[in-house]
Amino acid sequence: MTADHPRPPPRRRFLAFGRNELKGLFWQVLVVGIAVGVIAFLWSNTVTNLSARRITTGFAFLGREAGMPIADSLLAYNPRDTYLWAFIVGIANTLRVAVIGIVLATILGTLVGISRLSANWLLSRLAAVYVETLRDIPLLLQLLFWYVLMQALPAARAAWRPVEGVFLSNRGLILPAIPVGPPQLWVLGTAVLGAAAFYLIRRWLIAQQMRDGKPRPAWPFAVGLVLALPTAVSVALGVSWTIEWPQLRGFNFVGGLTLAPEYFALLIALVTYTSAFIAEIVRSGIQSVPRGQWDAANALGLRRSFMLRQIILPQALRVIVPPMTSQYLNLTKNSSLAVAIGYQDVVSVANTTLNQTGQAIEAIALIMAVFLTISLSISFFMNWYNARIALVER
Amino acid sequence: MTAITDIPEAPRAARRPQMGNPVLRWLRTNLFSSIPNGILTVVLLAILAKGIFSFLQWGVANAAWLTPTNDSSACRAVRGLGACWAIIPEKYRFILFGTYPFDEQWRPALSVVLFIALYYLSTRRALWRRELVYLWIGALALISVLMWGGVFGLSFVSQDRWGGLPVTLILATFGLAFGFPLGILVALGRRSKLPAIRSLSVLYVELIRGVPLVSLLFMASVMFPLFMPAGFNIDKLLRAQIAIILFAGAYLAEVIRGGLQAVPRGQYEAADALGLSYWRKHRLIVLPQAIRHVIPPLVNTFIAFFKDTSLVLIIGIFDLLTTAKTAIIDPAWQQFSVEVYIFVAAIYFMFCFAMSRYSRSLEAPTTPK
Repeated sequence: MTADHPRPPPRRRFLAFGRNELKGLFWQVLVVGIAVGVIAFLWSNTVTNLSARRITTGFAFLGREAGMPIADSLLAYNPRDTYLWAFIVGIANTLRVAVIGIVLATILGTLVGISRLSANWLLSRLAAVYVETLRDIPLLLQLLFWYVLMQALPAARAAWRPVEGVFLSNRGLILPAIPVGPPQLWVLGTAVLGAAAFYLIRRWLIAQQMRDGKPRPAWPFAVGLVLALPTAVSVALGVSWTIEWPQLRGFNFVGGLTLAPEYFALLIALVTYTSAFIAEIVRSGIQSVPRGQWDAANALGLRRSFMLRQIILPQALRVIVPPMTSQYLNLTKNSSLAVAIGYQDVVSVANTTLNQTGQAIEAIALIMAVFLTISLSISFFMNWYNARIALVER
Repeated sequence: MTAITDIPEAPRAARRPQMGNPVLRWLRTNLFSSIPNGILTVVLLAILAKGIFSFLQWGVANAAWLTPTNDSSACRAVRGLGACWAIIPEKYRFILFGTYPFDEQWRPALSVVLFIALYYLSTRRALWRRELVYLWIGALALISVLMWGGVFGLSFVSQDRWGGLPVTLILATFGLAFGFPLGILVALGRRSKLPAIRSLSVLYVELIRGVPLVSLLFMASVMFPLFMPAGFNIDKLLRAQIAIILFAGAYLAEVIRGGLQAVPRGQYEAADALGLSYWRKHRLIVLPQAIRHVIPPLVNTFIAFFKDTSLVLIIGIFDLLTTAKTAIIDPAWQQFSVEVYIFVAAIYFMFCFAMSRYSRSLEAPTTPK
């Protein structure tokens, strides 16, 4: 493997088998034999047991009517839909909590991590207490705790209003929302396209600057493509962007965006718990940048924001990104604790399916498939990002 | 020139310590070094003071500390204003020991003490010898005798009556005691030159690490009976224990693999040159060094894993968290779950905090200053 330890060429023997190869072969045959034997034993038991219980294996049950209620879902669902659709709704619920959780945990964790390095003693001590407390208490306990607090909130009629239009009650958190339909999506689509175009133009501008050393401002393109263009489209199509304010009608709210207490508790628990770990990663990443780099950047008279962006962060990110990947994976896997408070994520849906149909193997296989896919996608994306920001030794 | 006058702040700071009151000096450098910093300090102090004040008001001043047995009226009176700590003396026996026969609860209590003594002894560097393994085996055997009974005049207690803190400690400790050797084997397998063994190890580690523990526990509680021959069944606690061992094995294997990679190549070659066999090479030369390298991450894995045992709540095993949750089902005390959760959180915190302190003390001497 290493270039400095060249191996001597293997000695040719009769039958090309040395004592070591034979031994290796023996061990492999033994271990594989045991593994195959155990699996065959379990498999034959399973087949016998399933036929004794009259459960047919296979995924045919996915086409049947699910009949389970899913209270809070991103996608339209009613109990007469199929198990397959129930699973998809569950996956969407998992992704909804995982994606938003990852974004919020990264922001909160970075803030806490930077606070731990603050010159202000009080702030850094508070951040340390935050990290130490949250890390040393089981997530499930924190989740139950938040959920109990949610349930202890006042009823909808006496809801707290921290800000006008925002209600916090035992029905969850209710926020004002902008209804998004096809016309609004067109405008948002233009903005995304504009951002992509801006990214390419900026790369081209930087390449130009690398050639002749002349800085070229990129911000006019940003304003033009990401702000002005979508605004123009919006005005041309006459799209309305009215904010829908939630209103109390009877015992519940109408309009606005509702975060159900289960979802809200799960989100808070996942975000605060993971942010404690992310804070430690960010702190050690920043601390890993040698002092000389700060001093050198100072000596060059660079502005503080430029110094952080161009000198410190690129070096810190090399240390931060790999452990961050495993935190993102942990958050996604931990979202399965939803089953404890009745938020219907994919594990919870699979569990209900399993109890209703007895299709244990299929349900567990689906959970595994979903989580392996999510894990692999996150690892793949983070590895790509890591390779992109990796230090190029010159 | 301005750029140069900016830099020599260090000498100025170095001169300052000779004058002024040390307390004021500390305040100045750590809390009020600049105007924004000073404002931040004041704002934080105000928030902190308000937080502590309302917590003291809720948790001490307005709290109900003691009530007559099974009478929660005093707690109901202060509901919303103060804490009901009276629920702890009322329920602590159930939270700590579950449904273990009341008169025999000294046995789980003694087991908990033995566990803690075992953990303490394992942290002593002077005791890191072969004898420690015998000590573990002896202590775990003694704890099994205490919990089960049936010999030496102790009455037999079946494990579906076990509960609370001993169950949490049993799940964590046995998970560790069996998961650790499993992890070593799998880590060696993953670095083996034999392709079949290597791919089996990789498959095992990646499959287990790819899915949430919750789904493994479901598997243990629902699918295990399907896997076994008809009529053969084992206890729910043992099934969860097996799932936890498999889970711990995969995570520990990855940590140990990191340690194996840190052992210099020359050590392997020297062992080969001495003519040691594969197992003797690893047992005598490689593993002792590899494990020493990864003790801090190992302790962190133990912490994660100790917390994760609480997930058995989902399949209905009576560990510490489940007994706490069950204790507040009682209608008279239903509304005081926050107090119970704080009590249980404090127990978990003590264990995990001690471990994380220990992990840091191990790291400290090797960190270059």
